[in-house]
Amino acid sequence: MKLPSRTTQFLARDTYRMRRLMDAARMLPVVGLVLLLLPLMRLDSSAENPPTAAEAVYLFLVWISLIVIAFVMSLWLRRTLGPPRPPVAPLAPPHEPDPDAPATPEGR
Amino acid sequence: MDKRVLVVEDEPNISEAIRFILTRNGWHVDVTADGVAAIGDLQANPPDLLILDLMLPGVSGFDILKALRADPATQAMPVLMLTAKGQTADREEAQRLGVTRFMTKPFANSDVVAAVREMAGS
Amino acid sequence: MSFNLLVLTCIAYVIFLFIVASAAERSAQQGRAKWLRSPLVYTLSLSVYCTAWTFYGAVGYAARSGLEFMTIYLGPTLVFVGWWVLLRKLVRIGRENRVTSIADLISARYGKSNLLGVIVTLLCVAAGTPYIALQLQSIALSFTVFVSDQGRAPLAADRNLIAFWVAAGLTFFTIAFGTRNLDANEQHHGVVTAIAVEAVVKLLALIAVGIFVVWFVATGPSDILARIDAQALPEWTIQPGRWTGLILLSAIAIICLPRMFQVTVVENIDDKHLATASWAFPLYLFLISLFVLPIAVVGMELMPEGANPDMFVLTLPLHLGQDGLALLSFLGGFSAATSMVIVASLALATMVSNHIVVPLWLKLRAARNLDTGNMRLLVLSVRRLSIGLVLALGYIYYIISGGSEALAAIGLVAFVGVAQALPALLGALFWRGASRNGAALGLSIGTFLWFYALFLPSFGPDVLLPAQLMEHGLFGQSWLRPYSLFGLTTLDPLLHALFWSLSLNTLAFCIGSLLSFPSPIERVQGALFVNIFDRPGPARSWTTPVAQAEDLLPMAQRILGASAGQAFFRAQAQAQGKNGFLPDITPDFLQGLELKMSGSVGAATAHAMISQTVGTTVVSVEDLMAVASETAQIIEYSSQLEAKSEELSRTARKLRDANEKLRTLSDQKDAFLSQISHELRTPMTSIRAFSEIMMDADGLSPEEQTHFARIIHDESIRLTRLLDDLLDLSVLEHGQVSLDIRPANLRDLIDKSITASKSVQAQRDFRILRSRDPEDVQIVTDPGRLTQVFINILSNARKYCDASDPQMKIIVRQKDTMLEIDFIDNGSGIPRDKQALIFEKFSRLTDSLQAGGAGLGLAICREIMNNLGGDIDYVPGQGGAAFRVSLPVLLERPPATAVTSSSPIDAAGAD
Repeated sequence: MKLPSRTTQFLARDTYRMRRLMDAARMLPVVGLVLLLLPLMRLDSSAENPPTAAEAVYLFLVWISLIVIAFVMSLWLRRTLGPPRPPVAPLAPPHEPDPDAPATPEGR
Repeated sequence: MDKRVLVVEDEPNISEAIRFILTRNGWHVDVTADGVAAIGDLQANPPDLLILDLMLPGVSGFDILKALRADPATQAMPVLMLTAKGQTADREEAQRLGVTRFMTKPFANSDVVAAVREMAGS
Repeated sequence: MSFNLLVLTCIAYVIFLFIVASAAERSAQQGRAKWLRSPLVYTLSLSVYCTAWTFYGAVGYAARSGLEFMTIYLGPTLVFVGWWVLLRKLVRIGRENRVTSIADLISARYGKSNLLGVIVTLLCVAAGTPYIALQLQSIALSFTVFVSDQGRAPLAADRNLIAFWVAAGLTFFTIAFGTRNLDANEQHHGVVTAIAVEAVVKLLALIAVGIFVVWFVATGPSDILARIDAQALPEWTIQPGRWTGLILLSAIAIICLPRMFQVTVVENIDDKHLATASWAFPLYLFLISLFVLPIAVVGMELMPEGANPDMFVLTLPLHLGQDGLALLSFLGGFSAATSMVIVASLALATMVSNHIVVPLWLKLRAARNLDTGNMRLLVLSVRRLSIGLVLALGYIYYIISGGSEALAAIGLVAFVGVAQALPALLGALFWRGASRNGAALGLSIGTFLWFYALFLPSFGPDVLLPAQLMEHGLFGQSWLRPYSLFGLTTLDPLLHALFWSLSLNTLAFCIGSLLSFPSPIERVQGALFVNIFDRPGPARSWTTPVAQAEDLLPMAQRILGASAGQAFFRAQAQAQGKNGFLPDITPDFLQGLELKMSGSVGAATAHAMISQTVGTTVVSVEDLMAVASETAQIIEYSSQLEAKSEELSRTARKLRDANEKLRTLSDQKDAFLSQISHELRTPMTSIRAFSEIMMDADGLSPEEQTHFARIIHDESIRLTRLLDDLLDLSVLEHGQVSLDIRPANLRDLIDKSITASKSVQAQRDFRILRSRDPEDVQIVTDPGRLTQVFINILSNARKYCDASDPQMKIIVRQKDTMLEIDFIDNGSGIPRDKQALIFEKFSRLTDSLQAGGAGLGLAICREIMNNLGGDIDYVPGQGGAAFRVSLPVLLERPPATAVTSSSPIDAAGAD
């Protein structure tokens, strides 16, 4: 039978790419958070009024970039998602590996 | 003229014994220990009967038998096969390849003579 | 605009929503209209996150604090663009376990514990009520702001009354569409579709106002940016603590808010919808936020001093004479508020009925030993009542709080409240060791702290908490002051409460989990949840047939409805290959039934009901252990299977190897026997043939007689030698040989061997080249055996050396304690492909058997040398056949059983 991908040492190029994309999907929110926290590091307490307009432009740009990246990623990631599984327990003991097996090892 | 028997046998004492008993019974006996040479000899100058040892240096008695049966000139030649191994598998293989008689060593001289006579007569 | 017209507009809008919802519900029932469950509708339904607080409050927030309002939308953005980390798993777990609410999920994960369900429900109701109140308030406020003829319609001035009617209307709408059916999965097509429509309305409204402000009031984006900087207040400076804390808080809220859980998890039908929402929902939030600051800035610029910035979205168009735009804006706000109230009250009512009312009812009934009655009707009624209850609570809260003007504050208080569910939720998803006790402890402590440090004080001094307590702390202990617990005085109240409640909650959760020992069912559920992606099918937890199908069918009918219940039973029976409505009570069936029922009444209740029908209220420990082991098996299914198949193939390989070895041994034995037979029969044949000739002696000349007798004699000797060799080999191979070890001179032994071998082909002149000095070595060995080896080698050379002038070189070398004796002749040597075979038994290089060897000589030599602690090898490339005998100078003692390196048989050789 098919070996669970966890133990597969050698991966096809596509699968490898997909794995790294999943890694990237996990990193995206962290990167986003760091970018969103950047304004804190350029606070100028001496200025009387904060540079609100500039920061607003910056924040919205970061925001839309995150959306665009998430969009591109979702196009690829959704391929790993199988059709929804029926929620009723199968009567026979399970005997099929998960259809989206590539996703499982890192899905913990 | 006497009928001619070719004995292919690598054990000199055994071929000598066969030659002695068959000659005494009116056969012309040629002896060779070289199986490979025997094949060529058989086709060039086919004897009336062939006595063949199974285990020969370089070539097996089966190979000679096979070559013999494949050639129309020697297809019908009576062949008496002798073996010291005496395994049923060998006997079956020999029969499959079309041996006329199959005998296990050691043999009774009278059996050999009777077999040769019978084979030549038929 | 006149009050009546406004009311009419609202009613028309609600009727429109009603029609949309009905149509959606109808199409869904007929199985049509797949677009109803499209990713787009899913994404739009998520917009219940954007309530009236967003629609009106965000502008007010921006006017007060600048960019900080964005944090409320940035947190959810991060969660959604990072959907792969958390939401994907949450949604999968929720869908596969038919989770009905966040309380249900937590209760199901921690051993279907109803205690946790109750705690989370109470927490969510406590946090949700003010939030609902907030929506009522905003609608009421928008009414009073909008209506121009307040003088003529006294009703319009009475916000409480407006709020009441709004609450009543929403109760009706929610009951109508939220409790129409009590079906599995707790999904509501009508409601979701209506919510999606409202999402579009509120987005369009806000964008319309925004475009009006940016391009018609101001002259474009650059003008707006300039105005923003002109209006920027010192208070607009980003505060690092709040900025970070609020991003975190809103990220938590999008996961934990009951209404968000409802639309994100419960209403989800496909992982792929989540993939779309991962970018589409952030985009929605982006568009919603885009014009907030411009509207705030322009409002601050143009509106009279003292105008409520929370209402700028509405008042600004009114102020500028754009009545149509204002009406759109009003409908947007109305949409935002109503959608939130509908979903929130639905989610809360589900929790209240599933975790509080129904379990209580069951307990009371069971205590009085009564039949559970028509559960379906009961659950529906409870659900309806709960919706009314929740809205009533919201209304009461609204009345009590008396219309605080700062809407945003209430929203954030609620956020911190629901955030208390986070540790238990994350533990449920990622930590198998998380236990019920830990979750209960963490939730209780977090909830208490939130109550004490944020919720109660948020009403203001002397409303619920005495001002004196706020000032000096509980019991006069200053470290117990609600806003500065444990001496943390510098944080702002919200961050202060968030920090203490969440960190102590997490701490208690972890410690409680680490110290407690989870029940089997908890461990089962934990493993199932945490490893959701690792197993092939949904959870299973019933093992023993404990009830009759006849008992279960009525119960199922009560919950699922008669036709649905029967259909389920019939399908299950059919799947088992049975006709009729009564399937066998298999664990799978019970599991399926429980799952189906938990879609209606929640996991804990469904479990309890089945248990009750089954006759025992608690499943026995043995059952649970069986469940645990079975489930553990499923979880480790793939890895185990993998290990098993690996082990199996290992065993198979071993067996194959063993079999192969046996077969080889058997083959070797057969070949050996056949070989021995051949070697024995060959001399026997000659002996017999010539004996017979001589028995029939007449006619034989005396020469012939002598010749034949010699042949018989020679062949007899050959036979004897063969038998001797066989015995010798057998003894040597089994290490049973007794060596006669004594000192000897190597030269003497070689001399003796040469002499002995001369008898072989005595007629051949064989030159031996020796160097006598090195040969003069005293050795301790078995001289007889060693001589036997030498003689064998020398005889072979005499027999087989094909040089016309045969000669043999004997070279002796001493290496440390070893002696090497090379025997090299000048013949053609042994062909390379035969070199490996010559030491095997019955190996014969040529078949010229004049010397009468059976091919055992070199095999015996090798055995002898092994017994003497040395070896014999063929050395290629010496200009002839070259054998090297090596042996220790001093053989201390017979070496332990010499292991034979040769297999019993092979072919070709020399001897």
